[in-house]
Amino acid sequence: MNRILIVAEHAGGMLNAAVAKCVSCAASVPDAEITIAVFAADGAAVAQAAASIMGVARVLLVDHAANEPALAAVLAPQVARLAEGHSHVFGPSTTFGKDLMPRVAALLDAAHVSDVMSVESAQRFRRPVYAGNAIVTVEAAAGEPIVATVRVASYQPAAQGGSAKIESVKLDLAPPTHTRFVSVSAARSDRPDLQTASRVVSGGRALGSVENFALIQGLADRIGAAIGASRAAVDAGYAPNELQVGQTGKIIAPELYIAIGISGAIQHLTGIKDARTIVAINKDAEAPIFEVADYGLVGDLFALIPEIEKNL
Amino acid sequence: MRRILVGIKRVIDYNVRIRVRPDGSGVVTDGVKMSINPFDEIALEEALRIKERGDADEVVAVGLGPDDTQQQLRTALAMGADRAILVRTDLAVEPPVVARVMLKLIQTESPIMVILGKQAIDDDCNQVGQMLAAIWNRPQATCASKVVIEGGKARVTREVDAGLETIEVDLPAVLTADLRLNEPRYVKLPDIMKAKKKPLDITDLATIGVEATPRLKILKYEPPQQRQKGVIVKDAAELVAALRQKGLV
Repeated sequence: MNRILIVAEHAGGMLNAAVAKCVSCAASVPDAEITIAVFAADGAAVAQAAASIMGVARVLLVDHAANEPALAAVLAPQVARLAEGHSHVFGPSTTFGKDLMPRVAALLDAAHVSDVMSVESAQRFRRPVYAGNAIVTVEAAAGEPIVATVRVASYQPAAQGGSAKIESVKLDLAPPTHTRFVSVSAARSDRPDLQTASRVVSGGRALGSVENFALIQGLADRIGAAIGASRAAVDAGYAPNELQVGQTGKIIAPELYIAIGISGAIQHLTGIKDARTIVAINKDAEAPIFEVADYGLVGDLFALIPEIEKNL
Repeated sequence: MRRILVGIKRVIDYNVRIRVRPDGSGVVTDGVKMSINPFDEIALEEALRIKERGDADEVVAVGLGPDDTQQQLRTALAMGADRAILVRTDLAVEPPVVARVMLKLIQTESPIMVILGKQAIDDDCNQVGQMLAAIWNRPQATCASKVVIEGGKARVTREVDAGLETIEVDLPAVLTADLRLNEPRYVKLPDIMKAKKKPLDITDLATIGVEATPRLKILKYEPPQQRQKGVIVKDAAELVAALRQKGLV
């Protein structure tokens, strides 16, 4: 039996969609029994959402005022405590999971695998390295605890309809006070979330200005898409950092990805290679983005975007 | 002495096109340009700026790797690090080992801060800073895009999925640098000359007492699955028609 503990990411009482993908990954470990741990200030609703994911055996709810907003230094000792008796501890490879899980791995003195893209056995995993330009298969020693982050773009969410038992847990741990949350600037909008959207329209440096970047927003709104950006566009200030797609930004797997005025640096391509259909619009016919695009359109984006909208 | 330790990793230059060796034992490194991991360069730049603002007195660049890592440490010294330490090993070291090496050095150097790159662009792990903070039992502020030091504390803005998060940590602490923390300075020729005279101490894993036993066995490297090259459509109408046919719009 492989007993897998998954750390739930959540915000504003909503379970992050990445958690159901972690469940899919955990379910691909042979003979898995899956537990989700929810650390929150008042996590009843989040625990309920976690319990309704198919394949989850139980949900552990740890309510404590210090648990929200989530801080890795506060959560890690609690995760390590709950991990006792588990063979694996999984978290999403989001900024939340990447911040937290290595700290957990170090506390447990466990083997740590980042960005699991497939499970070959209970100890053997495949993961991308060199910005996805190589894939390594790694293996931990049998019987050794394993902490991993799950590359969410590699997994479909597990289905809804489960009814796992929810247990409240009190941990006798004093949270550290050396790390304090100050604020978060969450640019919430009505648009779909970049990480989970089925359609994404991304803009690059060729947009040329913040004003022109609004063209991307216009097209995205027309087709109900999330907005993304290349590193060059973010560096130039056309789009905020959380919209960056690529090796150091978000790794996404939408049904449709439309790259506009993005040349397609390797670091960008690594963030989109799991997209079902890629469309590239660029005036340079030699741009590397066309090497991976299912549909390429060569021309001036300022002329082409209005034309696309007209045809929709 | 208010000291900052900065981690410097020698990696394949980010402009090199990575090729997997045909036997799957690794990636091609022969005759390939090596550089400082770009995130480590940003970490070093931030340490230098903190020192220049008067919030630190000394910046120490720490490398862990083969003898040739001296090249990257010399570059770090040319950028402005005051001295460098190379912990020499020819073994491939995993993040927990790097964290334990840094902890050993922390015990002798007593820094107010350790700044690392958020990840290395070779193994893309994004683990060392968090692991070091855990075993040091100190705060971590990863993916930093802004750092303000004040009264024994650091206020750090972090790049997170939701946007920008700001946290406050007591010092000493571990920080990891994200892309937009700063733009590293260019090294000028006189600085390269000066760097040759700066101290670069060389030790090794055995001497500082850290074992490099790997936790994960690497079974093989493979090239990624390639996407099929698609078609070039002639105009917007044809594109929209194709997407409509596939039910995508």
